[in-house]
Amino acid sequence: MSQTRKQLLTDPLVDNNPITLQVLGICSALAVTSSLNVAFVMSLAVIAVCGFSSLFISFLRHYIPNSIRIIVQMVIIASLVILVDQIIKAYAYEISKTLSVFVGLIITNCIVMGRAEAFAMKNKPFESFVDGVGNGLGYSLLLMSVGVIRELFGSGSLFGIMIFEPVSNGGWYVPNGLLLLPPSAFFIIGFIIWGVRTWKKSQVEAREYKIQTLEEH
Amino acid sequence: MEGLISLAVKAIFVENLALSFFLGMCTFIAVSKKISTAIGLGISVMIVQSITVPANNIILSYLLKPGALAWAGFPDIDLTFLGLISYIGVIAALVQILEMILDKYFPPLYNALGIFLPLITVNCAILGGSLFMVERDYNFSEATTYGIASGFGWALAIATMAGVREKLKYSDIPDGLQGLGITFITAGLMAMAFMCFSGVKL
Repeated sequence: MSQTRKQLLTDPLVDNNPITLQVLGICSALAVTSSLNVAFVMSLAVIAVCGFSSLFISFLRHYIPNSIRIIVQMVIIASLVILVDQIIKAYAYEISKTLSVFVGLIITNCIVMGRAEAFAMKNKPFESFVDGVGNGLGYSLLLMSVGVIRELFGSGSLFGIMIFEPVSNGGWYVPNGLLLLPPSAFFIIGFIIWGVRTWKKSQVEAREYKIQTLEEH
Repeated sequence: MEGLISLAVKAIFVENLALSFFLGMCTFIAVSKKISTAIGLGISVMIVQSITVPANNIILSYLLKPGALAWAGFPDIDLTFLGLISYIGVIAALVQILEMILDKYFPPLYNALGIFLPLITVNCAILGGSLFMVERDYNFSEATTYGIASGFGWALAIATMAGVREKLKYSDIPDGLQGLGITFITAGLMAMAFMCFSGVKL
C-alpha cells in the first residue's frame, strides 16, 4: 500500500474530489441541494451506501467472475440502497418525499460504482471501506457547501432556522429566488470548481486550442 | 390522446430530464464534446428509455404493486420494496439483450452505438425515467409516451450542449474555468433557457 489509510480518507475531500475532479455523481449533487436538511440526509445516505458497498464488494472480490462483475456490483449496491430507502421512509418521511426518486438514483450514482470498480475490486476490505467513506465525504462536502449557499441566500435560513429575516416577514433581507431554482446549482458548482482549481493549479485542464497572441508572430 | 400529447410536450421541454432534474449529468458532461457522438448517445438513450419504461411499467403492475399478484392467487402480497432492484435488473438485462440483437442483426448500428450501450446501464436518466413513472402512477400508454418523450428530451439537451461546446473550445476562458467549470455554467444557462417553457401547456 503506497497510500496510508488517513490519506485514503482525506484525499477525496479536495485533492481528488469525486465531483470537481472525477466528474462523478453530479446528478444528485444538483437536485437535492435547495435545502440543507435534505442535502444532509442525502449525504449520510451516500456515505453509508458508498462505504458498505465497497466493503462487501471487497470481501467478495476473489469470488466475482470478471464477466458478470458489473451486475454483481449492481445487486449489492441496489440491496443497500433499498435498505437506506426504507430507513429514510421510516424515520424521516417528510424528507423522503422531497428526495423522491433521488435516493433510488444512488444506485446509478457513478461515485459508488466507480469506487467499487476502481478500488474495491483490487484492495482489502478495510481499506476499501475507508476509501468508500472518504469519497462519500468528498461528495458530502460539496453537497453541503452548495446547500449552504442555496438555502442561506435563497430563503435566508439554514437547516430551516431563520438567519436573515426576509422582507415578507418584516425583516430586511430580499431572498434571491433564482438560487432555489435548478439552474443556480449549475452556476454554484461551476464557480466552486473555478475556486478549487485556482487554489490547486494541478487540476487545471489543458486547453484544446491556444489563442495566438500578437507577440508570437 | 390529447392527454398523451400534453404529457409528451411536458416531458420533452418543461420537465426535461437533463436540464430540470439533472439526470444523466455525468454522461451529459463527459460525452458532449462532439456533436456526432452526442447524437449517437442521445439516440441510444432514447431507444433504451422507450423500451425500459414500459417494461418496468408491466413489471410494476403485474408483479410488484399491492394486489398485483392476484392473477397468481396471492392478492395480499405487496412487493413494492423490491422495486429498485427489479428496475435496475430489467435495465441491465434489456441493455445487454439490445446490444446482442444489434450486434447480430444490425452491425452498422452496433458499430455506431455499441460503445455507448454499457454506459447507459448506469445512466441515471434511464433509472430516473422508470422511477418517475412509478412515482407518478402512469398507466401503460402513458408510460410508453413518457419513455419516448423523456428520452427525446434528453437527446435534444445533449445535442444542443455539444453544439455549444464545439464553439466554446475556441474561446478564451480563464484557466480555472477551463473544461469542467465552463461546461457547468453553460449547462446552467441552458437550464435557464429551458425554464421559459414552463408556462407552455397544451
